[in-house]
Amino acid sequence: MTTTVHRQAPPAGPDPRPEDDRRRLFRIPDRVRRGGLPYLLLLPALIFELIVHVIPMVLGVVMSLKELTQLYIRQWWQAPWTGWGNYRVAVDVNAPIGRALLDSFLVTCAFTVLAVGLCWLFGTAAAVLMQDHFRGRGVLRAIFLTPYALPLYASVIVWAFMFQHDNGLVNHVLHDQLGVTSKPSFWLIGDNSFFSLLVVSVWRNWPFAFLCVMAGLQNIPRELYEASAIDGAGIWQQIRLITLPSLRSINQVLVLVLFLWTFNDFATPYVLFGRSAPAAGDLISVHIYSASFVTWNFGAGSAMSVLMLLFLSVVTAAYLLLTSRGRRNRG
Amino acid sequence: MSVRVRTAIGAVFGATLLAALPGCGGGTSTGGGGDGHPKTLTYWASNQGASLEDDKAKLTPELQAFEKQTGIKVKLEVVPWTDLLNRILGAASSGQGPDVLNIGNTWSASLQTTGALLPFDDKNFAKVGGRDRFQDSALASTGAPGKAPTAVPLYSLAYGLYYNKKLFADAGITKPPATWDELVQDGKRLTGGGHYGLAVEGGNVSENIHHAFVFAKQHGADFFDAAGKPTFTSQGAVDGVKQYVDFIARDKIAAPGNAEYAQNESVADFANGKAAMLLWQAAGANLQKHGMKPDQYGVAPVPVQSGTPGPGNNIDTMVAGINIAVFKNSGNLDGALKFVQFMTGDAEQKKLNGEYGSIPPVKTASQDPAFNTPELTVLRNAIATSAAPLPQVPKESQFEELVGGAVKDLLADAAAGRPVTTQSVQARLAKAQQQMQ
Amino acid sequence: MAERSPTAPPPSFVWTRRIVLTLLTVFALLPVYVMLSSSLKPLRDVSGAFRWIPEHVTFRPYADIWRTIPLGRYFENSIIVASAATGLSVVVAVFAAYAVSRYRFRGRRVFTVTVLSTQMFPGILFLLPLFLLYVGIGNATGIALYGSRAGLILTYLTFSLPFSIWMLVGYFDAIPRGLDEAALVDGCGPLGALFRVIVPASLPGIVAVAIYAFMTAWSEVLFASVMTNDTTRTLAVGLRAYATETDVYWNQVMAASLVVSVPVVAGFLLLQRYLVAGLTAGAVK
Repeated sequence: MTTTVHRQAPPAGPDPRPEDDRRRLFRIPDRVRRGGLPYLLLLPALIFELIVHVIPMVLGVVMSLKELTQLYIRQWWQAPWTGWGNYRVAVDVNAPIGRALLDSFLVTCAFTVLAVGLCWLFGTAAAVLMQDHFRGRGVLRAIFLTPYALPLYASVIVWAFMFQHDNGLVNHVLHDQLGVTSKPSFWLIGDNSFFSLLVVSVWRNWPFAFLCVMAGLQNIPRELYEASAIDGAGIWQQIRLITLPSLRSINQVLVLVLFLWTFNDFATPYVLFGRSAPAAGDLISVHIYSASFVTWNFGAGSAMSVLMLLFLSVVTAAYLLLTSRGRRNRG
Repeated sequence: MSVRVRTAIGAVFGATLLAALPGCGGGTSTGGGGDGHPKTLTYWASNQGASLEDDKAKLTPELQAFEKQTGIKVKLEVVPWTDLLNRILGAASSGQGPDVLNIGNTWSASLQTTGALLPFDDKNFAKVGGRDRFQDSALASTGAPGKAPTAVPLYSLAYGLYYNKKLFADAGITKPPATWDELVQDGKRLTGGGHYGLAVEGGNVSENIHHAFVFAKQHGADFFDAAGKPTFTSQGAVDGVKQYVDFIARDKIAAPGNAEYAQNESVADFANGKAAMLLWQAAGANLQKHGMKPDQYGVAPVPVQSGTPGPGNNIDTMVAGINIAVFKNSGNLDGALKFVQFMTGDAEQKKLNGEYGSIPPVKTASQDPAFNTPELTVLRNAIATSAAPLPQVPKESQFEELVGGAVKDLLADAAAGRPVTTQSVQARLAKAQQQMQ
Repeated sequence: MAERSPTAPPPSFVWTRRIVLTLLTVFALLPVYVMLSSSLKPLRDVSGAFRWIPEHVTFRPYADIWRTIPLGRYFENSIIVASAATGLSVVVAVFAAYAVSRYRFRGRRVFTVTVLSTQMFPGILFLLPLFLLYVGIGNATGIALYGSRAGLILTYLTFSLPFSIWMLVGYFDAIPRGLDEAALVDGCGPLGALFRVIVPASLPGIVAVAIYAFMTAWSEVLFASVMTNDTTRTLAVGLRAYATETDVYWNQVMAASLVVSVPVVAGFLLLQRYLVAGLTAGAVK
């Protein structure tokens, strides 16, 4: 994750001269500078994280132990405790609620694996192919970054427009013009909605992967390529033996970030399908939203969210452990 | 870091602790709605017109008239339907909301249980003119039976059968169908040559639930028993839902593509002549916008199994409409009630319902000649004689989500060519019932 | 960019490149084309069967978008919220990253792990609690966070903090320590060294973080739908209002989307070379 090269605190410089007005602004008492300064620097970040993430998270966990329905919404702290009741319902896969949650979870897992894989593949392919200079490279780079820069609502709604059964572009091309399908397909309802969601998600996120990989390529020393060229390696060999291995460290970060974004994605399925998504496109965020916000049952929704968070923590920790160890072994 | 920054950070930090420690502001939610000033009110209107700005343009002169009458200034916010329930949730949970607000009338019983809205007991009802002024069917969807209503009816709507006169004439059909058998027969004659007999809004959960409710009623079934327990899998409910889904599945009088309609595409299809019939609430204004003139379409009561709408098994529409409610935490309850009285007064009822193409739930206002158009006469009669409210149970929104979603899935199955049988309908409804907590 | 070899690549590579990049270009631009062509059609045509070339071209949607919804106000809100969140987020992240990169102190690991782990919190879990907390803060102190731009700014700036700190730590670590030590010897305080040496040296990385923070705030839907009202609504949720009770103004949605995207895309493309340079040093560590 972050580099952990520990260093000593910098030696305290000579005291700022008092006559310098500009410097007085940054003047910090010696006592603070010795031990307290790093904490002072962290304080804003800490406070903001505390207000927006940590405290609400704790409250969310508390809510997950309560029967927080519309009856108690005005005084949520007076809602009766249910202990593990909400969790029991959520994990009971033999009952419909737990079953639906499990289905949604599995759909989300499949979706996340495919979406992250495709984003990475497209991003890496484009970046590697564009490593050498050629005419129009700058223009292409701009084009590839456009999907990332469009506001989310606009880009998802235009895909929804294209995926319409009767009047959409996708069916117009596949059915009317190419004749691939014998009759127009449904993309926003039924099983195909999984693929629609995948297409939209990949379309939106692959430019980010492209960007990161493109950046990573700049750090590969030119001498490596020159040396291998003298050894007689062709361009494909260079990509396989030099370029891809050099991307290991950036991939570690990139894949994790993409994974968390995609798994937690709420806005894309919500804009594409509305509040009741078809089973094949029922990502877990929207599923929990329907289970809590649409029906005002926040205890159950919070319990489901906590389970999801636990899952993400385990996966992230395992991922970091595995990838970091692998990296260390290889030196 | 300057002293000022440090002070500011300290203040924020302190505030967080203060807010978080006693159960997150427990009991501190004083004041509440509006700003407590007796001369102002905040009003959340729902989106009834063609756009948010259109609503604002229609309501603003009325609010000015109210200010002239009473000296109370009303701050208006038109809240889109996609946000309204979340905003009410925010208001209920925090105690900070508007003074007066519109709610979908099907939400009444649900919101009633939160205790966030002022109950219209006899005393409060008297302040806005008394309950006798309102249609019984409209009053029936203002909260759970036997409890003081949580809101007052504002605009009423009902379903009617809209049919394209020219397409009917071309197919040699002389009168609109009165029973479902007739509708299916006519529908089959009207299907072909690029158009279909009927348009349905299959991807819209709310539309689905409205139809499922009426079809179940006509099969003598309710989705909840008298004790409020879900009875989704009764024979009548299953038959009712199946009859609706069969328009696409078996009868094939509606285009398969309708299964994903959720943005009022069915109205557009009807206006453009792609479908010959449409079941809709007060579609007139909308059709006009799509270029269909009132003389091009006719409106008939929604078919019933027997041919004559009425009470019991001959219910042909849910009571659709908007209620107006007062937020209990309002700092200006008197002003809020005055505003409700103003909005439900005869003059405003005629004017606003006229502009929105709905029907006044106030009896005297509904008799105004302005509502005697062929379209509104049909809908008005339906409200008066053959309309029933959706189940007024606290779990209504969950019911809507689960059963409406089930119908949507069944329609999707039908559209994809998968068979829809009594068993599959029953299984799908059973799953929905088990998910009701 | 490190280029592979001065000799021309073999035809197999050139052809692969042509095919793959062409496909990706089509994929990236197709929705943009649909947006543009639909925004030029009258509503009746947009709602009808899809056509590649508009039959009747009209610019009316571009005039109507401002009247159907208060687009100007939403746009203003989005710009203010996203810019303020970005500015604050960058400042806060620079301070924190400086501490983590240059000091060794008790709790350093706990801090980095905690902050980074917030990246995986599902928004749905803390949406309602955060809302209640804001209301509580408002009641206790009179600071209006609920329904105000300030609350939204605070929320969004925190969303982008974890990744921003993460990237900046890596970037600061890459700057030779000799540079800021020289500044300290020169008489700058630690903050002087930060602002006079480290920040200028890592400007590209800071720009990268800023773009990331801006896009995070610009596109957020879930929190904006609960925490804003008519006067503070942002574009991300405001654009939905083109789908009304009676109609979806597809042509206006497309036109409005294009109009609001133009400044962002332009700024983005202008800054992209910094972004590329920035991500390198930050993320590669």
